[in-house]
Amino acid sequence: MSAVAAESAVARGASRYTSSRLIYFSSASDNTHRFMVKLGIETARMPLHTYEETLLAQEPFVLVLPTYGGENRLGAVPKQVIKFLNVAENRQLIRGVIGAGNTNFGDTYCLAGDIVAEKCKVQHLYRFELMGTSDDVDRVREGLEEFWTRLSQERTPL
Amino acid sequence: MTPDKLKLASHVKAINWNRIEDDKDVEVWNRLVNNFWLPEKVPLSNDVQSWATLTPDEQLLTMRVFTGLTLLDTLQGTVGAVSLIPDAITQHEEAVYTNIAFMESVHAKSYSSIFSTLCSTKEIDEAFRWSIENPNLQKKAQIIESYYYGDDPLKRKIASTLLESFLFYSGFYLPMYWSSRAKLTNTADLIRLIIRDEAVHGYYIGYKYQKGLEGLSDERKEELKAYTFELMFELYENEVQYTHDLYDSVGLAEDVKKFLHYNANKALMNLGYEAMFPAAVTDVNPAILSALSPNADENHDFFSGSGSSYVIGKAVNTEDDDWDF
Repeated sequence: MSAVAAESAVARGASRYTSSRLIYFSSASDNTHRFMVKLGIETARMPLHTYEETLLAQEPFVLVLPTYGGENRLGAVPKQVIKFLNVAENRQLIRGVIGAGNTNFGDTYCLAGDIVAEKCKVQHLYRFELMGTSDDVDRVREGLEEFWTRLSQERTPL
Repeated sequence: MTPDKLKLASHVKAINWNRIEDDKDVEVWNRLVNNFWLPEKVPLSNDVQSWATLTPDEQLLTMRVFTGLTLLDTLQGTVGAVSLIPDAITQHEEAVYTNIAFMESVHAKSYSSIFSTLCSTKEIDEAFRWSIENPNLQKKAQIIESYYYGDDPLKRKIASTLLESFLFYSGFYLPMYWSSRAKLTNTADLIRLIIRDEAVHGYYIGYKYQKGLEGLSDERKEELKAYTFELMFELYENEVQYTHDLYDSVGLAEDVKKFLHYNANKALMNLGYEAMFPAAVTDVNPAILSALSPNADENHDFFSGSGSSYVIGKAVNTEDDDWDF
């Protein structure tokens, strides 16, 4: 980001900056949002509308995003997520993706997660349906903890 | 039951799609339109040979399952989705229900396309007679219908969501089962299109139910939640009976029940409630799950993978114009 852009963001109250390790988009249906609340860890939600300023990640993070019932690749990734990932700094800090969806959408189940994982060359770590079950919550909570531990070990040579 | 005069939307004014109150209406309208299909596009006649490999019992089961699904689609098309229109909060919501109603009629008709491709007129008539005479099938239609004619808009949405997201699945199981054994694969393709539509319908009606809850008293919210679970139990018990009626002859009833539990959970989630059935009874046969969605298997769960195979990707610098999705 240019210095000017950074300054204007600061002037607006710097609410765009987030140090959360888990950043997500959830539409007005709040399914993904409910899952994130159940995780009980600090998260940051992207703005609901594309006309709002998107978030600026400050720390490595995992992205959680839903796929709705699209028929093909085009339009599978929510526009709000595209706006967020169009910020190069955000792309540099993404470390993994978690997808939400519905198996009823067949081979497009969690497709948006696949697309983002492929584009950013990170793993699509986990998939869950709708607002997730309690088992999903446990697995993601434990899985993420292990994931970040591994990542920090890799970055810190003994 | 004898229905009272069906209520219609009062005070119709010209719908303005350039002034939107709820973005979800436009989003779902577009999704439904993009997903539009007709049974004539599916090459069902390619299943004729495969149909001939089924035993008479298996053919009978398949026809009964499809008449049962036809009944639900007919109910949802002619009464269910239409009954939601007078309760709509926005005009665009009304328009979405008309789309849903029409697609349910397409679904109902598509089973007849399957029948006319695979079966004789006599067999078809007998299967439809069975659908009228089977008490558990009739009961589930009656339970739902009574709420459509009832006077509580939110209960109507609960009943409708449970129909869309739960009651179809004792039937949907079978074409997925055949598909997993490389049988009736074109029929399965058509059913997958129906499944996709019902998922959007259940999602949308469930969403509108949750919008309807906003601003209600805690007591009323509790009442509706308790009512949802009560209705789910009532439908579930009947569904188990229906499942045994159909599938005992081929020994699949227990496998179907897991699929019911799994979908009951998803129906509740569409209404904004937590899943009810524990993981121990929702372990759907992986072959069925992968017939439904090829991406749903365990291989896609990185967290459960063995640690040694972890490959941590490195985010690479990409140009902004790469992001033209």
